[in-house]
Amino acid sequence: MMTSSSGELLRRGVQPVISVDHLRVIRNKRPAIHDLSVQIARGTITGLLGPSGCGKTTLMRSIVGTQIITSGGVTVLGQPAGSAHLRRRVGYMPQDPTIYDDLRIVDNVRYFASLYGMDASAANAAIDAVGLQDHRSAYSANLSGGQRTRVSLACAMVCRPEVLILDEPTVGLDPVLRADLWQQFDALARAGTTLLVSSHVMDEADHCGDLLLMREGHLVAHTTPSQLREDTGCRSLEDAFLSIIRRSTERIAG
Amino acid sequence: MMLVVPSLIITLMYFMFQHVPSRPGAPSGFNNACLILLGVFPLLVMFLITSITMQRERASGTLERILTTPLRRLDLLAAYGTAFSIAATAQATLACIVSFWLLGFDTAGSPVWVFVIAIANAVLGVGLGLLCSAFARTEFQAVQFMPLVIAPQLLLAGIIVPRAVMPEWLQWISNVMPASYALEALQQVGAHTQLTEIAIRDIVVVISCAIIALCLAAGTLRRRTP
Repeated sequence: MMTSSSGELLRRGVQPVISVDHLRVIRNKRPAIHDLSVQIARGTITGLLGPSGCGKTTLMRSIVGTQIITSGGVTVLGQPAGSAHLRRRVGYMPQDPTIYDDLRIVDNVRYFASLYGMDASAANAAIDAVGLQDHRSAYSANLSGGQRTRVSLACAMVCRPEVLILDEPTVGLDPVLRADLWQQFDALARAGTTLLVSSHVMDEADHCGDLLLMREGHLVAHTTPSQLREDTGCRSLEDAFLSIIRRSTERIAG
Repeated sequence: MMLVVPSLIITLMYFMFQHVPSRPGAPSGFNNACLILLGVFPLLVMFLITSITMQRERASGTLERILTTPLRRLDLLAAYGTAFSIAATAQATLACIVSFWLLGFDTAGSPVWVFVIAIANAVLGVGLGLLCSAFARTEFQAVQFMPLVIAPQLLLAGIIVPRAVMPEWLQWISNVMPASYALEALQQVGAHTQLTEIAIRDIVVVISCAIIALCLAAGTLRRRTP
């Protein structure tokens, strides 16, 4: 099920929720993001796709406000990224499942809930949403990779933010669970939450209203799944993506 | 373990000194050693535990993540300080009870002041631990800060060689180390029945150093990183 694309909404005059303006980031003396500009509208699901090391995580961290920026600006919900007012309104799930190994699942989610000023019922709702209600009392050190990812996702969702930045939330999850999570992301988007989701699995791009394709710090394409299929003439989004990458490589080479 | 081990070590020292003859009129060897240990353990243990815990938070990424929440940095430091100070209080309580009641440790001054100085040392240990964790990239490095930061302080504070007897340049260095004041305060309480001005000054210095360390540690908690 596809949600509206940012392009449509912005043309209708809706204010962008995330506005990245000529962003440049240099990490370890090498440019991680080159002059990137993009606008994302409210209530959309935007997929951020690209090969490893292309700058997806750097872009997400810049939007959340944990990345030192070289130049350019990022505005979220009308305020500079990382401002104190945004911290309850923007949820972030980092790429590695950053949870406390010594704590149980329920303690981890309750801890993050209390940091956001939410109570235990919000924590329970988040645990149910990711399907871990049967494992609430398990210690995080004993969990599988997919379960740790889900705990990390629950910690990001617990504050019911207006903007959710999720760095590879479905990695290590089986297809049934992935379908379940995407249903929830769709429901959140319909209710007005804006999602930015990065992924390696191209099939998931169908769930997104917008696709941002990145390569080596450049925004190679900002398109929708149907538009991407038309432009490349491919049925499968994976082939379409590979075709775009090959085209951009040829452009750079010749 | 953290609760019981210092008491066990003080008991071990008691048995070590059991047959050591002491000069009449002078406090026994055990008395001197116990006084120093009661002050040193909180500093040592809290420094180690705090620096390793904080370093784990940094390395695992949880520190960056919780700084994206509305949590303020001073709240985080206050939480760490409070939690570890409570643990230190429990540890010091047990150690004082064991020393004063069971092992016959005695001080001229009130045991309450020994307890207060132990807690002040613990808070100092927490502050220094939080500050030093910023300079360690791994737990392996964090552990090595203990011999680097704490051991010289304790040696120069006058545990083995009295400060007055050390060369002048070492005395100058010792004057800027907080542990010197902590140990001097303990010795004052051990020797005098009433709380002397020197002891009060020393306690204030130790607590001020702890607060300065905590403020500097706040500067090492950054929301934006490269």
